[in-house]
Amino acid sequence: MKRETLARWTLGVLLAGAAVFPLAAYGLARRDVVEIHGRMAEAGGWTPAALTATVDQPLHLRLVADDVVHGFAVGGTDWPAIDLFPGRPVETALTFDHPGRYTFYCTRWCGLNHWRMRGVIEVTGPGAAAAPAGPPLYVQLGLDLDAPRPAPAAPLPERRPSASRGAALAVELPTLIEPRGKSPAAIWQSIRAQAANAPFNDAELWDAVAWLWRSQTTPTALAEGERLYAANCAACHGGAGGGDGVFAPELAHPAEHTQLEAGHQTQPPTAFTDPAGMLGVSPALLHGKLIRGGMGTGMPAWGPIYTDAQTWALVDYLWTFQFDYTDNP
Amino acid sequence: MTPIHLELTQPPAVRAALQSRWPQWLAQAGLLAGFAFTIQIGLFGPAAGNANFAVIAVWIAWWTALKLVFIPFGGRAWCGLCPIPLPGEWLQRGALLGPAGRGWTLNRRWPRRLRGAWLQVGGFALIGLFSAVILTEPRVTAWVLLGLIALAMIASVVFERRAFCRYLCPIGGFTGLYARLAPLALRVKDPAVCAAHTEKVCYTGCAGGYGCPWGNFPAAVRDNAYCGLCFECLRSCPHDNLALSLRPFGRDVVARAGARLDEAWLALLMLGSVLVYTAVFLGPWGWLKTAAYSVGSPAWLGYAAGFVLINLGLLPALFGLAVRAGQALSGSRRPLRAAFAGQARSLAPLGLAAWVAFTIAFAFVKFPLVWAVFSDPLGLGWNLLGYSAAVIWPEISASSRLAQAAVLALGMFGAARVAVRTADQTREALPVIAFCLAAALALLWLLIG
Repeated sequence: MKRETLARWTLGVLLAGAAVFPLAAYGLARRDVVEIHGRMAEAGGWTPAALTATVDQPLHLRLVADDVVHGFAVGGTDWPAIDLFPGRPVETALTFDHPGRYTFYCTRWCGLNHWRMRGVIEVTGPGAAAAPAGPPLYVQLGLDLDAPRPAPAAPLPERRPSASRGAALAVELPTLIEPRGKSPAAIWQSIRAQAANAPFNDAELWDAVAWLWRSQTTPTALAEGERLYAANCAACHGGAGGGDGVFAPELAHPAEHTQLEAGHQTQPPTAFTDPAGMLGVSPALLHGKLIRGGMGTGMPAWGPIYTDAQTWALVDYLWTFQFDYTDNP
Repeated sequence: MTPIHLELTQPPAVRAALQSRWPQWLAQAGLLAGFAFTIQIGLFGPAAGNANFAVIAVWIAWWTALKLVFIPFGGRAWCGLCPIPLPGEWLQRGALLGPAGRGWTLNRRWPRRLRGAWLQVGGFALIGLFSAVILTEPRVTAWVLLGLIALAMIASVVFERRAFCRYLCPIGGFTGLYARLAPLALRVKDPAVCAAHTEKVCYTGCAGGYGCPWGNFPAAVRDNAYCGLCFECLRSCPHDNLALSLRPFGRDVVARAGARLDEAWLALLMLGSVLVYTAVFLGPWGWLKTAAYSVGSPAWLGYAAGFVLINLGLLPALFGLAVRAGQALSGSRRPLRAAFAGQARSLAPLGLAAWVAFTIAFAFVKFPLVWAVFSDPLGLGWNLLGYSAAVIWPEISASSRLAQAAVLALGMFGAARVAVRTADQTREALPVIAFCLAAALALLWLLIG
């Protein structure tokens, strides 16, 4: 009987250890850390998706991807994105300087509804929230983002307009108070109408427009725009801007794809390489589309995520699909 | 009498270690604790299958070890350690170590109608239908393990001995079928001693050991299929007439006697399952994987119908045709049922080779995951064993392809040898050899082609 008692005690200790160890470890680990689980949007997205934090007090997070690779980043900050591999939890701490409403989002193309993986962190505490920069340019200019866009009034360029060729010409360019409010076609028309530009052919005037556009931006902004485009836009619009990203077929035929909610409207992504579509729109309109999103098209709203400088950098980069900014075209 | 080549229990220390209950019991109790831990992690741990200790420890580490080590070398050696039947068995015996005490059991005999491997055929087919989910979803894995323990407990409380292991355990059917190929065997040394011994305590039990939990009379055991290596007979035999021995591989399958129809169907199901699994898990067909995973959807119903049709319809029909053709070729007058059951013995070497080849492809490339989950078993970001995310993931290299081809060739050789040995004439075996060759080539194409 002594043997039996010893066996019972041994088994009891072993089973108790097996039961208590994980429970204790989970209990201790979860005490002061918020655990956020990331799943594809159709499976629930981020859980929890609403957090609160206090200014200057670290918010401890444990990030866990439950299904596929996700990424975690907080909009409006320059904190680098964190890649989350399934089952390899990452711990991080966020300390906010200013109160406000911050959006966190997925940075990996985890599925057709990837961009829906968003959550908010309400940060309260002393200090003023970052002051809004005033209404966006498209509102100031009274642009209707959803109005049908007519074809550009100018003849489309027969060759790819080159900024460096344009710089070499002495084309008389208009002085614009807000150059970002006009489309390239509108600018082309106004310089075509100037008598001083009569010696230049149409293609040369397009080169001049390309030069004007490049002079509005900087290599740093273009590099930032390129990075953001590759990370967030290429999935739908394609790496080369042709509207042929990996999700484009699904967006063109939403009814055939069960991943999309019933009745959810999408359209094929815009091809930035199409001159007829791009040369008639202004940077302000692109900026507006970016921050507000395209109603009923499937285009996400990036306003809560990008800083204003990032949004403009991205708009600037989009024109490289039309204009050649290299020095030796 | 089975020729014994190397008796492992000859050294007194080895015999004493096996006769004592403690070493085996401690291993079993440790594994049961590990099992409880695994179920908890399955239920409450990371939701991602590839990062959950339960999924990786069970379906990559254990399942690989079972197919590559335990079965080919040890037969049912795993059954001698398996924790699943233990809670029920302890309840049945009323003791952890025993033999002592009164157990909680109705001690009924297993219904005659349900004997054989038929329920295991059904169980294994059922697992096959849900395999894509069971193998990847930690919660499902945990519930399946819990369900098996519950089933084993019910079986122990209602029926005598290890009814669960013998008639219900779906893995037991798999293990028993291929255990015949293993060199390790527990047999009586001299049947004359048993014949002269009137008490037969190896079957009825005594103070030294329980009566065979598997319901065997050890002197009548001719092959490994239903010997669970629990060593009770070694403990109960007053004449020390049992020996654990090593013999050449495949010794049990060449025997013609005792071939059964239920085992033939089991062998066909195992062979068909590995073909389907290879196509689903390793094949290039995304739609097939999706269908197998989308349990309950129309696509899955199609997959399930295909699985059942291939394994329980097409393959048995083709095999039956091969057997019939062999009889026509040779003029054998053996009844078709007997020929079918006998010739199906040739599917054991091929089936095991097929599972090993599949495992080489399926498990080897995923082995870093084992390291990862043992480094962080709770999914809390620990790194106990120094797992590095930059670990080089093995790829299916030329050498592993060669190993797969070699294993399949070996299995094919074994299948041909058994087919000839179990046939009346060599000519009778030819169509069955052709059937095996077609299955081997199909698998080779799926794995390497």
